[in-house]
Amino acid sequence: MKVTADREVCIGAGMCVLTAPAVLDQDEDDGRVRVLDADPPAEAHPAVREAERLCPSRAISVES
Amino acid sequence: MTDSMARPATDQSSLELPLRRQCPMAPPPEYEDLRTNGPTRVRTPDGTWVWAVTRYQDVKTMLSSPDFSSDGRTPGFPAIKPELRALLANPPFVRTDPPEHTSERRPLIPEFTLRRVQELRPGVERATSELLDGMQRQGPPADLVEMLALPLPSLVICQLLGVPYSDHEFFQARARVLISQNSSPGEATTAISELFGYMDQLLTSKQRNPADDLMSRLATEHMEPAGELNRDRVLRMCALLLNAGHETTANMIALGTVVLLQNPDQQALLRESPDRLVAELLRYLSIADLVPARIAVRDTELGGAAIRAGEGAIALLAGANWDPETFDEPDRFQVRPDDQRHLAFGYGVHQCLGANLARMELEVVLPALFERLPTLRLDTPAANLDYKHDGVVYGLHRLPVTWEDTR
Repeated sequence: MKVTADREVCIGAGMCVLTAPAVLDQDEDDGRVRVLDADPPAEAHPAVREAERLCPSRAISVES
Repeated sequence: MTDSMARPATDQSSLELPLRRQCPMAPPPEYEDLRTNGPTRVRTPDGTWVWAVTRYQDVKTMLSSPDFSSDGRTPGFPAIKPELRALLANPPFVRTDPPEHTSERRPLIPEFTLRRVQELRPGVERATSELLDGMQRQGPPADLVEMLALPLPSLVICQLLGVPYSDHEFFQARARVLISQNSSPGEATTAISELFGYMDQLLTSKQRNPADDLMSRLATEHMEPAGELNRDRVLRMCALLLNAGHETTANMIALGTVVLLQNPDQQALLRESPDRLVAELLRYLSIADLVPARIAVRDTELGGAAIRAGEGAIALLAGANWDPETFDEPDRFQVRPDDQRHLAFGYGVHQCLGANLARMELEVVLPALFERLPTLRLDTPAANLDYKHDGVVYGLHRLPVTWEDTR
């Protein structure tokens, strides 16, 4: 899995941190998305896919 | 579906928004037909026509599509409350598009992250506890709106913004005028100018004596001459945050309490998984049902309807959140899998900025209330309560409750 995030479209809703906190975070300074683990282990995949689905600004992309 | 099969705008219904809830906790019954038919032209209070969009997938598509603009200055932009049209002439960021929207939302993002909201949690727990102390001291019966549901979110947003809570009667009275369907255009204009005058004075004092609060940071870092936003825009942002920050959450606390009293089997979840319970309350009640208004900026197709540039549309969130295609038995109040999929906070770049804060407040206050007052019950039957059928945000004007006094 390859996880990327578009910080330009991110609106800081935080749904990704709520859903997949081991993989996605909000930047300490500007509150926008940070990818913590671009190639997360298999057990994190369902949560990351849910984070991609829930993101209101479609900032998160997941490739398998 | 191809364009040639799409239904044109001439296919109008006799419905007028806002539609009235019949069962106080359920969306207006007409939403069921609207979902079956797909996007439908309905009338608004000022006589203009808008597309009512009610299916979950259609609402999600519309709110994330660049075909629909949020710019309130666009001629023909829908208004559920025509008396507030004056606000749209110089709109705050909820009624603008990127990049203008981005420039106002970005400085606010760090103020509402999950991390920041968790830092606020101990203060919210303390304030909740003190308000419950006050309720117990006064003894039953009590109006839960006055004693808890309104003061808690009001205290929280005041602390976050740096607005003195002692002024709450002044700005809450203006907010009531703004959200009521019964106020005249003149009353609304007066309320707006008084509220802005108040915020303007406060902003000046923040510039002179900045403190550790949101308004001070906007005033010293993001407002001209030091920053990128002019004073007028900062003023509108602050007024919007103050209003949006307490009215919505207050209504959720009051209505959520009624739903939990009606569903005692779900009360155990207050301890076990308050986050999932709150998500279901947000879906079930969908109080911001009428808020997401848009206008099409080019001809487009949505859910089988041909929508033309310049036509307004409203995403009815309660319709989407009760769509049986997405939510199994939507009329049942029950914690469900995929519980964060509801659209109670909207969707797209305008999704509620304060969602994390609202969720946290509800996750603190509802368990605390039922733990402190385990014998809590309604003092008026649920069917006879004073519901806000007249507002753009649904809620309760008053909530008479009682409990066994063990003082």
